[in-house]
Amino acid sequence: MYFATEVLTQSSELRKKWEDAVRKVIAKNADQKPEALWSTVSDLPIRRLYGPEDIKDMDFVRDIGYPGQFPFVRGNQVTGYRGKYWTFRMFSGMGDAKTTNERWHLLLKEGQTGLSTAFDFPTLMGYDTDSPKARGECGKCGVAIDTLEDFLQLVEGIPMDKVTTSMTINPPATALWAMYCAAAEIRGIPLNKIGGTIQNDMLKEFIAQKTLMCPPEPSVKLISDTVEFGTKHVPRWNTISISGYHIREAGATAVQELAFTLRDGMEYVEDVIRRKGLEVDAFAPRLSFFFNSHSDFFEEIAKLRAARRIWAKAMRDRYKAKDERSWWMRFHTQTAGCSLTAQQPYNNVVRTATQALAAVLGGTQSLHTNSLDEVLCLPSDHAVQIALRTQQIIAEETGAANTIDPLAGSYFVEALTNEMEEKAWEYIHKIDEMGGMVAAIEKGFPQLEIADSAYKYQRQIDAGEKIMVGINKYQTAEETPIPFLEIDDSVEKDQIERLTAVRRKRDNKTVKRCLDDLKGACKKGENVMPYCIEAVKNLASVQEICDVYREVFGEYRDPGLY
Amino acid sequence: MADKKLRIMVAKPGLDGHDRGARVLARCFRDAGFEVIYTGCHQTPEQIAAAAIQEDVDIVGLSCLSGAHRYLFPAVVTLLKDKGADDITVIGGGIIPDQDFKLMFDAGLKAIFTPGATLDSIVEWINTNVQPRA
Repeated sequence: MYFATEVLTQSSELRKKWEDAVRKVIAKNADQKPEALWSTVSDLPIRRLYGPEDIKDMDFVRDIGYPGQFPFVRGNQVTGYRGKYWTFRMFSGMGDAKTTNERWHLLLKEGQTGLSTAFDFPTLMGYDTDSPKARGECGKCGVAIDTLEDFLQLVEGIPMDKVTTSMTINPPATALWAMYCAAAEIRGIPLNKIGGTIQNDMLKEFIAQKTLMCPPEPSVKLISDTVEFGTKHVPRWNTISISGYHIREAGATAVQELAFTLRDGMEYVEDVIRRKGLEVDAFAPRLSFFFNSHSDFFEEIAKLRAARRIWAKAMRDRYKAKDERSWWMRFHTQTAGCSLTAQQPYNNVVRTATQALAAVLGGTQSLHTNSLDEVLCLPSDHAVQIALRTQQIIAEETGAANTIDPLAGSYFVEALTNEMEEKAWEYIHKIDEMGGMVAAIEKGFPQLEIADSAYKYQRQIDAGEKIMVGINKYQTAEETPIPFLEIDDSVEKDQIERLTAVRRKRDNKTVKRCLDDLKGACKKGENVMPYCIEAVKNLASVQEICDVYREVFGEYRDPGLY
Repeated sequence: MADKKLRIMVAKPGLDGHDRGARVLARCFRDAGFEVIYTGCHQTPEQIAAAAIQEDVDIVGLSCLSGAHRYLFPAVVTLLKDKGADDITVIGGGIIPDQDFKLMFDAGLKAIFTPGATLDSIVEWINTNVQPRA
């Protein structure tokens, strides 16, 4: 028990007194809005006050403890942010590889400490720029990469043995990771020296983000291939970034984000053990996570604290991991794109700052802060600098990094952390009963749960029950125009020319042999990674590799649930 | 046929996977009493035009947040016109910068809705401007 009986008795008396006083006041002066509307952005009801009785069943040793100790609710690192701040990692990619490389160098010069790659939609979906399906998309949402030549341009001048690079890439993750490995090799950097992350989380694609290629089962197989390859050859690489970010952006509540993401993580653990026969402790320390930090300050902090505790329990008790590092949940956070408004866009700086502070107080190990213009276009140099500075101000001016897990012991934060955990486990057990996440996705369960939440939220916004400043309250007639970064349509033409030139100069016979070998490996169930590396070294394109997957494993189409 | 229900197709052209808005709208249109067909993500303009004609819809609502609307939205309108179905109303939404509105209207889109538009305002526009086709 967290408090002596005597304390609770006294508290209960004081609480009654306070409740009486509240009743008297609100009889005369009603609250500004009804009881039900004092809730989180996810519509979780919040009480007027929290006290000892709200956390009386907690056990300090079992539920809170110290940093670097089970259940890790206070963080994995024993030194907190004093040893090292979170990684300032801005998600970045635009136009062609050269333009993106220039942005990367700018960000590093300005104090960014890790790289994060945004690819354009054709790359994300495994199509080359010259595919008819790619018309109009080249370079618009990120950088266009077709072959290793583009990739080498992307990492030009980047110290690949020092800076870690994250790549938001899913169905074609094997191809892009193969390019990173090949580029390192060409630079003379051994694979065991490179570090970074591929997102490589297909389950959340079916649930939310919808960059789709093959059906769930072979998609998970390809992911297990990367986990196995990384474990054996690229030990500093995070081969999956199990992502709640996109689940949240699609409209999930904080609890749904937490539950679906962690259950996805469990699905990957189970698949690697079953399919590859690896010991859980051999690969679990390299699993990483990625969360959203939305506008409800305390809900986000509680969610992140709960996430670490759930994962630690799951890894120790459910999967019998013995290595402490397997119990660690390491995660990146991004502020919530969906909370930004095109109206009065400078307000987005404030939203991003509070969301970033929540992520830091929740103990994130890596952070992307959105730029004020990201709701309209890819960020301009000026906007991205403000976003990076936001992190630097939080780290070095606010004092938020001085002490570890500063909100621990708060009646409210601990109670909310517990509530997040309880509600997440309810979902996790429900999905267990359905036969796991792949089975739940096939039933449309997480997709429809999220659709319900998204619809409900939109209705609440339209009814003014939830407030978005500048959208349904405090609107202004005149908008302040902001500079707008446009990706010129000529990028597509130039990129197609580059790709055509590569196709002309490469040894097409060797490319065909490499792709045939990859196809054979897919059919035999061998690990595809060595074949991918060989193929990209010989300048096979992203689409050529993905076409092999599509041919062998089949294509998955969005069922369009709503 | 005064009480004939309006048939609307909500479509996601191109490679964009941002489908939150499209799915919220599909449900909203269903609740508003329309007959709704939702294509799911990753449809080509050709697939959308063919489906709109085959499903005999009165209106197509396109959603795109990737920046490729400049190519994709006009392509759908042109294809419908080519197939003699230019009486199907086409509207669009998503991340559409103000400076692209003229391009969209010149191409034949009848309305563009961007973030901040309420669900009811979109339903109202449709009820005012679109009748079930004969």
